[in-house]
Amino acid sequence: LLKCDGEGARAVPLAGHVGFDSMPDQLVNKSVNHGFCFNILCVGETGLGKSTLMDTLFNTKFEGEPTQHNQPGVQLKSNTYELQESNVRLKLTVVNTVGFGDQINKEDSYKSIVEFIDTQFEAYLQEELKIKRTLHSYHDTRIHACLYFIAPTGHSLKSLDLVTMKKLDSKVNIIPIIAKSDAISKSELTKFKIKITSELVSNGVQIYQFPTDDETVAEINSTMNGHLPFAVVGSTEEVKIGNKMVKARQYPWGTVQVENENHCDFVKLREMLIRVNMEDLREQTHTRHYELYRRCKLEEMGFKDTDPDCKPFSLQETYEAKRNEFMGDLQKKEEEMRQMFVQRVKEKEAELKEAEKELHEKFDRLKKLHQDEKKKLEDKKKSLDDELNGFKQKKTAAELLQSQAQQAGGSTTLKRDKERKK
Amino acid sequence: MIERPESAVASIAQRNLEGYVGFANLPNQVYRKSVKRGFEFTLMVVGESGLGKSTLINSLFLTDLYSKDYPGPSLRIKKTVQVEQSKVLVKEGGVQLTLTIVDTPGFGDAVDNSNCWQPVINYIDSKCEDFLNAESRVNRRLMPDNRVHCCLYFIAPSGHGLKPLDIEFMKRLHDKVNVIPLIAKADTLTPEECQLFKKQIMKEIQEHKIQIYEFPDIEDDEDSKLIRKIKERMPLAVVGSNVVIEVNGRKVRGRQYPWGVAEVENGEHCDFTVLRNMLIRTHMQDLKDVTNNVHYENYRSRKLAAVTCNGGVDTSKTKNQMTRSPLAQMEEERREHVMKMKKMETEMEQVFEMKVKEKKQKLKDSEAELERRHEQMKKNLEAQYKELEEKKRHHEEEKSNWEAQQRILEQQKLDASKTMEKNKKKGKIF
Repeated sequence: LLKCDGEGARAVPLAGHVGFDSMPDQLVNKSVNHGFCFNILCVGETGLGKSTLMDTLFNTKFEGEPTQHNQPGVQLKSNTYELQESNVRLKLTVVNTVGFGDQINKEDSYKSIVEFIDTQFEAYLQEELKIKRTLHSYHDTRIHACLYFIAPTGHSLKSLDLVTMKKLDSKVNIIPIIAKSDAISKSELTKFKIKITSELVSNGVQIYQFPTDDETVAEINSTMNGHLPFAVVGSTEEVKIGNKMVKARQYPWGTVQVENENHCDFVKLREMLIRVNMEDLREQTHTRHYELYRRCKLEEMGFKDTDPDCKPFSLQETYEAKRNEFMGDLQKKEEEMRQMFVQRVKEKEAELKEAEKELHEKFDRLKKLHQDEKKKLEDKKKSLDDELNGFKQKKTAAELLQSQAQQAGGSTTLKRDKERKK
Repeated sequence: MIERPESAVASIAQRNLEGYVGFANLPNQVYRKSVKRGFEFTLMVVGESGLGKSTLINSLFLTDLYSKDYPGPSLRIKKTVQVEQSKVLVKEGGVQLTLTIVDTPGFGDAVDNSNCWQPVINYIDSKCEDFLNAESRVNRRLMPDNRVHCCLYFIAPSGHGLKPLDIEFMKRLHDKVNVIPLIAKADTLTPEECQLFKKQIMKEIQEHKIQIYEFPDIEDDEDSKLIRKIKERMPLAVVGSNVVIEVNGRKVRGRQYPWGVAEVENGEHCDFTVLRNMLIRTHMQDLKDVTNNVHYENYRSRKLAAVTCNGGVDTSKTKNQMTRSPLAQMEEERREHVMKMKKMETEMEQVFEMKVKEKKQKLKDSEAELERRHEQMKKNLEAQYKELEEKKRHHEEEKSNWEAQQRILEQQKLDASKTMEKNKKKGKIF
């Protein structure tokens, strides 16, 4: 992110050759010694020839067996390779989306891709924020280019394509390509490209534009921009054409030559992606996409550049403020939890008290009932006793009467009895 | 189902290319972009007045940095140490360089020079601070790099050794900036004197463990021999001149003496060319890299450690914190806190449950007790009822028996009286 502003600097003439015109070479030497790194993400449905295209682009056989269509979700598989060409060492990482477009419900397809891209940004951000950091030896895993493989239907983009590209265009440099384009005729291809481009524009999808600000490459880049999306064919098989072996696909009706610009745009893709704009892709990733991610992440965490009075914060202040806020936040959470418990205890106590009260009331009622019963019983007892007494009296009175009567008329009976006996 | 993506650093395989791919063009792309961007470099010169600093700068960059219109600091009298910067834009071979020269007039000129290095340190630190703040902003724009990339320290050609001020300054600055010591006005020393002087200086530098900038070896074998030869020449003895003189038909920069011309760019006269080649033509980028990767990083980690660790008392903990960004540190603390809270929550929950259980049990017990008592009373009452019933029944029985008996007696009586009546009638009874 370094920029040289000649602001406040006056131009002075040199009286001879000083020698700082070697600076670009010094920089290049340093870069070459350090080695380069480039990360490509291939997004596209299973079977669109992503792996084959990578092999063709880099003239080598990368990992992988062809995948089946039965993946339950979208996985990202990444492999890193060390390549060397003359004195230039390149650490190339190829990331493939496995299972993209295979599910019945594809709503979440883009999610794992976005997550992957964000993870790489996050890793870099974490490294950048460390107190003791080693940025210059950090292995940059951020995705520099996303090749989006469009199925060669010849009609238009699929809705999955539009949805996915829309989600990715602010996170990565998207280069859409028409895959397996040997299935499309030239006239169909022109219409197809126009349709695709207009659909991208009308949906507001920002694809990567080859830069035209540098005079040395402005012309070729702007020409190539007009050929997007590139219609490619990939092949690692070689066929003899004339007296040369060329990469091609052999059909009964003819041979599609990969590097023949009349047959497909492979050469254009290679030229743009690798030979002319590789460095720009890396730069855009770092200065645009990564910065956007970083800014959003920091803002999310509450970092600001200026305080409410619009005075700039110093880093120290920012961190301290953040820390205080953070600590306060933790304390608040703790306090909240405590309060919640106190509340619950109170509620429960009230509940239990209520239950206790009810219980007592219940038993009070029962007690009362019992008292009533007892009283009834007492009454009954009393009436029985009265009756008993009455009866007793009656009985005694009667007995008395009887004994008197008996005494009086007892002899008569005796006589009678005696006479009877005679 | 979204699976965790694999890390890209897991394993790296070699691959051979069967044919030209084209990424060998990357260096050209880098070249092109760097030329478009332009370069910048900040050079600081430190030394007592009159050691020829301004002249040397002019000689190095073949320009009149300080001229009539822009007089150099040396022509102005200073009471205290100042730090002044001049920015110029120079172009050569399509390459644009923004050159900032930082001068320190007044350095070492006072009678009491204690702390005369402080303004220099402050300047260097403030540039690092600016860069740090720019780098740490949320909205980052293109940042100019105004950090000091190199500090040329001018040693007076006494021929004896380093002065205490020299040693003190270099000791204080060697871990903040790339220090390159130079022997100034070397045309006052004979080659032998110069040799001895250099040896003495290097010895003292090593004794005091001063880390001056070390020109790193370049990969090339040939060059590396060259570099070793050059390293033997350290510290470089330089001569500067603003004047072009004709010597044997050649136009050279030099100093005209009655006894001859000391040529600035003659390798046998002084080490100027060595300095220029190293400083500008081969190692300018490396000076910037070392500033960025070593000196600035040191400044940054010191600054951030002070802010976030709050003067870490526990060194083991601090060391761990250093490998994380302060934000990751806070994240970690947050996680720990969440765990602590969870634990606290479970504990409180347990205590709560236990207490509730206790109380509920008590309630149940008291309910059972009351229930039991109530049952008891009920039973008691029932028993009494039964007793009463029994008594009543008994009484009823007795009563009905007695009544029956009474009726019989009554009947008997009635019969008896009837019989009496009968007998009376019959005249039997008198």
